[in-house]
Amino acid sequence: MFREVDASRLDEAPACQIEVDGHRVAAREGEPLAAALLKAAVTPMRHSVVSGAPRAPYCMMGVCFECLVEVDGVPNVQACMTLVRAGMQVRLQHGARQIGAPL
Amino acid sequence: MREYDVAIVGAGPAGMAAACQASALGLSVVLMDEQARAGGQIYRNVAAASRGRLDWLGQDYEHGRTLVDQLAAAPGVTHLVSTAVWDVSAALEISYLHGGQAAQCRARHLILATGAMERPSPLPGWTLPGVMNAGAAQIMMKVGGAVPEGRIVLVGGGPLLYLVAVQLLDAGAQVAALVETSPKGNRRHAMRHLVGALRAPGYLIKGMRLLARIRRAGVAHHFAESEVSIEGRERADAVVFAAGGKSHRIDADTVLLHHGVIPNVQLTRMLRLDHSWDLRQLAWRPDCDDYGRSSHEAISVTGDGAGIGGARAAECSGAIAALGAANRLGVLTDAALQAQAAPHFAAHRIQLSIRPFLDTLYQPPDWLLTPSDNTVVCRCEEVTAGQIRDMARLGCTGPNQTKFFSRSGMGPCQGRMCGVTVAQLIAQSRGVSIEAAGYYRIRPPLKPIPLAALASMDESSVSG
Repeated sequence: MFREVDASRLDEAPACQIEVDGHRVAAREGEPLAAALLKAAVTPMRHSVVSGAPRAPYCMMGVCFECLVEVDGVPNVQACMTLVRAGMQVRLQHGARQIGAPL
Repeated sequence: MREYDVAIVGAGPAGMAAACQASALGLSVVLMDEQARAGGQIYRNVAAASRGRLDWLGQDYEHGRTLVDQLAAAPGVTHLVSTAVWDVSAALEISYLHGGQAAQCRARHLILATGAMERPSPLPGWTLPGVMNAGAAQIMMKVGGAVPEGRIVLVGGGPLLYLVAVQLLDAGAQVAALVETSPKGNRRHAMRHLVGALRAPGYLIKGMRLLARIRRAGVAHHFAESEVSIEGRERADAVVFAAGGKSHRIDADTVLLHHGVIPNVQLTRMLRLDHSWDLRQLAWRPDCDDYGRSSHEAISVTGDGAGIGGARAAECSGAIAALGAANRLGVLTDAALQAQAAPHFAAHRIQLSIRPFLDTLYQPPDWLLTPSDNTVVCRCEEVTAGQIRDMARLGCTGPNQTKFFSRSGMGPCQGRMCGVTVAQLIAQSRGVSIEAAGYYRIRPPLKPIPLAALASMDESSVSG
């Protein structure tokens, strides 16, 4: 969905790997998680809680809350405001939470 | 509890300038910001950007380096990064979240520099993956060094739309079309403000250069005469509109929306400051005097959060707000205040001279301000414009009533995405002013925070 432009011109934060729903995904340490997920074409990034409609980041600056994911067991984290750390465990959220469902 | 002379929320150009000015006057300052680095959205990540990225994104972006460097050199400034303010008490006790830990500090004066957000663009299909704000795509360039793959269609109006188009072109991205939505009639009204705009001709020259670059690149340039909609099922496929008496359907992999920026009033609303509806900028703004002093004597609002003026204007107003705060705190006499603020006021006036022209030329069309019935306005709770109109007809007088009946504004974004639209829809349906319709009652926490974080409140920061 997004591609890095001519990387030789840019400051390259160290490459690392994170896990998204159990799959390894390449990312860069310290970049916003939402940016890493967009570059890895993780789309849709979630399904809405009311109708289950597909959604993806809209604002990238912390106001729209469309990029909510689960990070290291904590649900509803804004991926655009969370910086990538190597080995981060990300799970995508689909629809509303079920009472009694495992985290 | 740690106490500071001045607490500043937001480390964009206004917040950085305010911090530097307050520090120069010998005041103790805490500067709090949600991002990991100073700069705000306009200068996002500028301190970490390589030479290559600065050359790509341009001199206006690089200017942020100067401010970030000045801030780093300012003595007596505690800069709390990655810090989310979630409450402020009447005694100016500020509750914030930092590294998953809740803490508090107290300030004698509070300066809010929470900046702007892009005006939400509620049009059919705007919730589909593949659709984002043009500013969001620019943030992807600043923080991710990345551009969208495939065909990009830009929709909306305003200088940022042109700038993003050019930055995408310079990175080799495929800009398929630019669809402007500003009504044609805007141009005639804007001409009245052209002479005033010439006081700062640099902005006009930059705009013309951007347009020339877009033209040279052969980007299809349309002027929509109807509602624009985005088609697609799982993601955006195409942009559909009428122009020149014909209907158009342009294939798109990514659609970038932009209809100007509006003050982010979430914090000023939570603090119950007085606000007015700005009829030219079509947005709420907190009522402030020339020094940014709000309806609360110990709270100032500065930069784009107090009304849109742009980054350079924000820099001037940040310094002015700090001088005003110093005067209130008794470290600057009235005479010294006037003398020191004068050059900032002069620079501020010049920076603002383009605004009446831009605000008028790029006023969004009615179909965006008060969308068609089937358009989702509350993205979180999926409430449509038609549902808001129905509730207004049934007697709901303002956004707090429609929220009660439909959950519109009750989702995780806390009304940030729908508040401005819902107020306009209710005002339209009831035939009253937008001020009469009002706004959501914003309550703490300012952002959703985990209960575990609240429970972790640092006791030492609370006692005393």
